[in-house]
Amino acid sequence: MSATLAEIFSTARTQGRAALIGYLPAGFPTARGCVQLMAAMVAGGCDIIEVGLPYSDPLMDGAAIQQAVGQALEAGTTPDVVLDVVRELSELNVTSVVMSYWNPIERYGVQRFAERLRAAGGQGVITPDLTPEEAGDWMAATDVTGLSRIFLVAPSSSDLRLAKVSSVSGGWVYAASTMGVTGARTQLGDAAQVLVERTRAYTDLPIAVGVGVSTGDQAADIAKFADGVIVGSAFVKAVLDSPDIEAAVDAVKSLAAELADGVRR
Amino acid sequence: MTVLGGPDGHYGIYGGRFVPEALSAALDQLDAQFRNAIVDPSFVEQLAALERDYSGRPNPLTFAAGFSQHCGGARVYLKREDLNHTGSHKINNVLGQALLTVRMGKSRMIAETGAGQHGVATATAAALMGLQCTVYMGEDDTVRQSLNVARMKLLGAEVVPVTIGSRTLKDAINETMRDWVASVEYTHYCLGTVTGPAPFPEVVRYFHSVIGREARGQILAVEGRLPDAVVACVGGGSNAMGLFSGFIDDQGVGLFGFEAGGDGVETGRHASRFATGAPGVLHGARTYVMQDEWGQTLPSHSISAGLDYPGVGPEHAYLHDSGRATYESVNDQEAMDAFALLCRTEGIIPAIETAHGLAGAIRIGKRLGPDGLIVVNLSGRGDKDVATAARWFGMDLGSGLEASEGR
Repeated sequence: MSATLAEIFSTARTQGRAALIGYLPAGFPTARGCVQLMAAMVAGGCDIIEVGLPYSDPLMDGAAIQQAVGQALEAGTTPDVVLDVVRELSELNVTSVVMSYWNPIERYGVQRFAERLRAAGGQGVITPDLTPEEAGDWMAATDVTGLSRIFLVAPSSSDLRLAKVSSVSGGWVYAASTMGVTGARTQLGDAAQVLVERTRAYTDLPIAVGVGVSTGDQAADIAKFADGVIVGSAFVKAVLDSPDIEAAVDAVKSLAAELADGVRR
Repeated sequence: MTVLGGPDGHYGIYGGRFVPEALSAALDQLDAQFRNAIVDPSFVEQLAALERDYSGRPNPLTFAAGFSQHCGGARVYLKREDLNHTGSHKINNVLGQALLTVRMGKSRMIAETGAGQHGVATATAAALMGLQCTVYMGEDDTVRQSLNVARMKLLGAEVVPVTIGSRTLKDAINETMRDWVASVEYTHYCLGTVTGPAPFPEVVRYFHSVIGREARGQILAVEGRLPDAVVACVGGGSNAMGLFSGFIDDQGVGLFGFEAGGDGVETGRHASRFATGAPGVLHGARTYVMQDEWGQTLPSHSISAGLDYPGVGPEHAYLHDSGRATYESVNDQEAMDAFALLCRTEGIIPAIETAHGLAGAIRIGKRLGPDGLIVVNLSGRGDKDVATAARWFGMDLGSGLEASEGR
């Protein structure tokens, strides 16, 4: 049985480190291949896998993830494929959450999606374009199923909004490191640290930082003040740059190892 | 005037604000500045002066005697938004949002554009007010609307061709949103239609409500009564919402919106959201969306770049469900027939977007018969569409025009 989000963050804290969360879209590069890659990410040191639900209009995502979800959609990846990936991860005792834009969940049926994800062993959902104000049905469905609602906070969030967002979040609070879309940045400013510190005033939940993190050094910097480090585009890029699935497996595993070393420094 | 967009920006179940948290602060700021501005006499006067002295408002309501003869004898009037500076209704919204941009202390405007009319209007207002300007335009649209690309560049705007996805308006909006998330501190997203996250649908409708206000006064003055129907094309729906807003409380006035039927609704190649779409969330708002069974947005298709969009303004979705407004499809062929008819009967070359509304007026006129009275929004002029129209009608333009159209 895979560990809960709370157990993972608690274990990491005991070990004096941040948790490492790695993202890949389901169905990228294929339905079977993505599970292989995700397993390799865990073998390399990821604590949690964030399974992306491919969507046609990912307006929070940069070029690498756009390309990857485009491939996944062309390969026919549906929400049911995403649920299958989560189920396979659970069978491997891997803890996972889903990252999804709102429309596919609404179209699937909010309650139905929550129930099926829970049954598949998913622990929570990150919703990048859903804020608490529009989340009435989602609150109800996640309350019933016990799924964690992982909302985002951003450097531009007012104190009022930090309080509001964290008060309804579960699992962890997702802090966007910079103002911008996903994708590797050579430099991350101090906005992430300021945001994490501001958010701590309103919640005891773990706070994980994502958007723009791609190297072990960056992971090490963030691990000094955050409870989790989230890496997406860098894994996607490692796959895009690999000539075949075997090379991709090696590439994501070694990137995960570098990041896992970073969060332990 | 009925204002359905409450403080939370919902129209029944539609509208709302489905955006990354990073944009919440900017949307709150826009909301506050907008509400503050529209009750500030100096803002209201500034906007009115620009509309009068710069856009050329009020524009006329023209009786279309020749065109009316093809509309079942109903009397058809044209609200002449094509005579505004920059050649379409788009300038109404853009001048208002440019003033808000300055008021918010921001130095840059960004915009999406389909046909290029909104891009041109935004570039124009940016030049006028000394703002930087970047316009995102689907690569396919930069080809079919190359004249407008040149206009934007002449006005000092940067035009970014969007090469991902379907390379049309939908993808241009995605890219503009991505720019905005990263630049929101000094940038205002001058959204060009009555959709997107709250408060955009309400803001854009407010700045276009001058269309309906003028048209209502003008038709009463000349005909002594309200029209039986007001008619407009509907892409995102800003020209329609501007016209409808003047008549929405007049229960006897039918509100008719015409969306693009493309090759025909039955072919799947169209932009008829109400005919085939279902409620969903796209670009920050809940509305009717062309989508597959899994909630993936479907590509739209229309000869008109400005109507080639798989979503529609949330207030239109509300008006549709409530039955207050009626939406029908007009395919490429019907639109181009109406385009030709207006050229020949009135000496006015309409935008191809607008031609969908004209085709709708013909249809409604035949239903109403000789006692009918119709106001149709002539939302834009057709200079930008000359090359497309020439190809459609199989005209030989010679190499001169081909070259000037930049293909």
